[in-house]
Amino acid sequence: MNKFTISGSPHIKSDESTKKIMYGVALAMAPTMLVSIYFFGFQAIRVLVLACIASLFFEWVIQKYLIKGPVTIDDGSALVTAILLAFNLPSNLPSWMIIIGALIAIGMAKMSFGGLGRNIFNPALVARVFLLISFPVQMTSWPKPEGFSIGLSDATTGATPLGIVKEGLGAGKTMSQLKPEIPTYIQDLMGQMGGSMGEVSAIALILGGLYMLWKKIITWHIPVAMLGTVVIFTSILWGIDSEHFADPVFHLLTGGMLLGAIFMATDMVSSPMTHGGQIVFGVGIGILTVLIRVWGAYPEGVSFAILLMNAVVPLINKGFKPKRFGLKPAISKNS
Amino acid sequence: MGILKTFALGGVHPEENKLSANAAIEVLDLPKQAFIPLGQNLGAPSKPLVKRGEEVKTGQLLAEAGGFISTPVHSPVSGKVFKIENILNASGYKQMGIIINVEGDEWMDDIDRSDELSTNLDYSPEEIIEKVKQAGLVGMGGATFPTYVKLMPPPGNTAEYIIINGVECEPYLTSDHRLMLEKGREIVVGTQLLMKALKVDKAIIGIENNKPDAISHMSELVKNTEGVSVQALKVQYPQGGEKQLIKATVNREVPSGKLPIAVGCVVQNVGTAFAVYEAVQKNKPLFERVVTVTGKAVKKPSNFLVRIGTPVQQLIDAAEGLPDDTGKIINGGPMMGKAISSTEVPIVKGSSGILVMKEEESHRKTENACIRCSKCTYVCPMGLEPFLLSRVSRLGKFDIAEDEMIMDCIECGSCQYTCPANIPLLDYLRLGKNKTGAIIRGRGRTA
Amino acid sequence: MDDIILIAVAALGGVGLLAAVILFFVAKKFKVYEDPLIDEVEEKLPAANCGGCGFPGCRAFAEATVKAAKETKSLEGHSCPVGGNDVMQDVGKVLGLEVEAMAPMIAVIRCNGTPINHPAKVKFEGVTSCAFAHGLHGGEGGCQYSCLGLGDCVDACDFDAIHMNPETGLPVVNDKCTACGACVIACPRDIIELRKKGPKDRRIFVSCVNAEKGAPAKKNCQTACIGCSKCEKVCKFDAITITSFLAYINFENCTLCRKCVEVCPTSAIWEVNFKPRKPKADRPASVVEKATATKATPEKPIPLTIKVDNAQEDFKKEDNKIENKE
Repeated sequence: MNKFTISGSPHIKSDESTKKIMYGVALAMAPTMLVSIYFFGFQAIRVLVLACIASLFFEWVIQKYLIKGPVTIDDGSALVTAILLAFNLPSNLPSWMIIIGALIAIGMAKMSFGGLGRNIFNPALVARVFLLISFPVQMTSWPKPEGFSIGLSDATTGATPLGIVKEGLGAGKTMSQLKPEIPTYIQDLMGQMGGSMGEVSAIALILGGLYMLWKKIITWHIPVAMLGTVVIFTSILWGIDSEHFADPVFHLLTGGMLLGAIFMATDMVSSPMTHGGQIVFGVGIGILTVLIRVWGAYPEGVSFAILLMNAVVPLINKGFKPKRFGLKPAISKNS
Repeated sequence: MGILKTFALGGVHPEENKLSANAAIEVLDLPKQAFIPLGQNLGAPSKPLVKRGEEVKTGQLLAEAGGFISTPVHSPVSGKVFKIENILNASGYKQMGIIINVEGDEWMDDIDRSDELSTNLDYSPEEIIEKVKQAGLVGMGGATFPTYVKLMPPPGNTAEYIIINGVECEPYLTSDHRLMLEKGREIVVGTQLLMKALKVDKAIIGIENNKPDAISHMSELVKNTEGVSVQALKVQYPQGGEKQLIKATVNREVPSGKLPIAVGCVVQNVGTAFAVYEAVQKNKPLFERVVTVTGKAVKKPSNFLVRIGTPVQQLIDAAEGLPDDTGKIINGGPMMGKAISSTEVPIVKGSSGILVMKEEESHRKTENACIRCSKCTYVCPMGLEPFLLSRVSRLGKFDIAEDEMIMDCIECGSCQYTCPANIPLLDYLRLGKNKTGAIIRGRGRTA
Repeated sequence: MDDIILIAVAALGGVGLLAAVILFFVAKKFKVYEDPLIDEVEEKLPAANCGGCGFPGCRAFAEATVKAAKETKSLEGHSCPVGGNDVMQDVGKVLGLEVEAMAPMIAVIRCNGTPINHPAKVKFEGVTSCAFAHGLHGGEGGCQYSCLGLGDCVDACDFDAIHMNPETGLPVVNDKCTACGACVIACPRDIIELRKKGPKDRRIFVSCVNAEKGAPAKKNCQTACIGCSKCEKVCKFDAITITSFLAYINFENCTLCRKCVEVCPTSAIWEVNFKPRKPKADRPASVVEKATATKATPEKPIPLTIKVDNAQEDFKKEDNKIENKE
């Protein structure tokens, strides 16, 4: 007969696992992936495949030969990072830049902190910002969503809606003058606009978000706090002067707002641990994003905002503790 | 029924697996030898009164209380005292105990062995408490806190509610469930006696919604009983914890570091209520209890009425034997029970179930890196941060652990149950609690 | 242009001067007087900050010794286990006091529950912490006094002096041990004891702390002390006492005659760093030779006599000497 096992309680374990969470996120990203392939054709497939292979390869190399620890590339975390990275890139980015991006994401942002669970910043965003600062031209020439007709050769490029507005307002035009140049809300929802691969289709992103909420991979706190703040902040600006500030719906649906709110800011590793902290985190991202978008030098500010708030997460974790049981002072006698 | 009541913070819902819910309580045969440990309650162990070779009857006093928080122990069998020696307890430690060779089954004369329901409530609170004390009653849910101590609120505190715990939130276990179905009337009388002892006029029997038959049965029984009501509760672990049950039933929060009496509540298990009935009405001390024997591989999951001191082996035999691929035997439920090292261990007053786990179920999964998903924080019923507490415990920073209220942990295991990275959170929490507690006690001595 | 430079220099210089003046007065005002002896004593200490002396760090120990020297003119009760006699003599010199020489001590592990002697009956799964395992269960092999083998003592050691032997599952102390006592505190089962190092590192001790009666103790572990009191009877120096079925050798009285080792029926008494003795007629081979000659066999209770790392080398040296003579 076997030897009995002695261990501390509990003796049962739920079927949750890191793998399940990571592949759940990957699955939630599937609609967005399909949409990006639909709009950007072979180029999108190239970026996705290359990012995945490079990320997994770097993770494997570093775990095996640098850290010399157990290799855990099958846990799905590198895959999620890779897909998120691909979502943040324009589909016509040269291949070698994608590989550098993967190296930065995995090597610098994740492994140098000690691997899964230890990184302060969202790896995919670190890579995006690194590439954006290093190769500003390539990273801001967005191919038009023309589907498989693009082929692998040069595509026609254009600015993102945010870029159009930023430039237009900077040149002294008003919102109503810019109206014909920017896509309609319907186009925003579907994804017919310029932009990085993952940020174009709002519907696909929301679909993924709902799936993750249903599977309890994320909670509503961060996305709602972040988007709510953006809506309130931009509504105030728009209310003050609708000619010089874009409307809140435009802010919500364009750029990386939804991608950031649903997939980036909710990254478990780099977001706060309590619901209270998560709301503060979301609000902070919202405010910073609008500040950068409206007054900053860059047309898009979601990635910077998230990275900045990532940096204060340890502080938020210290300040916002969960509601402790039994610390409510008074007990109402007639309850 | 609307939204069912439950507690506010955290909680998990493990697979219920109440395999033995429909198995009526069977009376188990007497053991050949009974092993009766002397420390069956929380607090000081009892002092033996009998000598080697002495003849004892069922229900005879074997050992008296060894301190204020201590209870007497009665003989569960009749026969000859074989030895007073160290015997193995559920944790694999040896502990003083009395071994009795069973001969026949001759009960003490003053025990009423009839099945007739006695509803006589004509007792003074002091009489009830004295009887409860003499009968050696302890909390039957597993904590084994002496019952009479709970019935004597410290000065300055008055009880308002007595809450009868019929939640049985642990998966697999069904002993309380069966007891409510089969001994419901006695439990109600026991509840009335407890109300009298505590001088309260409100009693709530909390039952989780996965036992609809028990809810309807008990509701029927308390219809004409003034002050006693049945509260159906949403299925949520660890609702059977005192603090969670009080929150769920009367919506009061026991302040950190205080006892339930601080919010005017006393919680007693249904098993205890039944034992109170037997002690007061039938003059029968606590020497038998209902124990569930269950497990996925067990051929006949059952509920047995077992004499204290019966070796676990006999219960497993009665459930048609130990399965071949047994990897772990747990005394109690899967969330809070203790793994036992040998089937020689006897049933004690606090044993509510014997759970036999298959080899494949009995091992921990490989530990991965924490991904800070904070699921442990979401499920903690005490609003603690298990990931943080386990980390500071691992690093030995017990001052931080104390500030983060590690001592409030009720060791329910929800965090470890839910952790996607399979981190043994509760192991570290226990370690930290242990050491922090020692530091706090040390401080109390020097200050 | 020149003006700007002048203004900048003057302004910064002024700020610097002002700050210096403020600092000067602050330093004067808040100066704390400290006995210079404390610094001198601290210099003599090993700066390990191990806490073995009972004070939180070397500085605190220095303060305490200076205080004690001033108030009581004696350093009794103050001793640096790490530095040993040399350091305490130095400290005594600084303070102008005579310090009694103390015998050097070493940590000794009093359990021999190897997988062979004390076979596991159940398997423990969980965090590698003795303190946790001690609270959870009685021990894999059933002896509730046995070493749990999870290495709390190893973690506690600041001197790299204690390691787990993967074969026996027991900790091994090497000659880096300073007898600071951290492992003694860390061990939840009080197995580790600080004992006199002994001449040429020779020691005799009971390698068991099982306080059970003989039969149940022997049932779980072949080399458990069964409290038979044979050793107590054979000892001429009143060094051995038996309390609750457990023999204890008082190292102050022990003369290292090794009689008790020979009579122990379960080989629970250990001798370390002795020369192998000659075979006797009534005893086929001494315990030591058995241990050195053959690997422990499952059916016979053989302790691993060599516990101290350097002991092995000593043996080799001695063997070489014998060979050379031949």
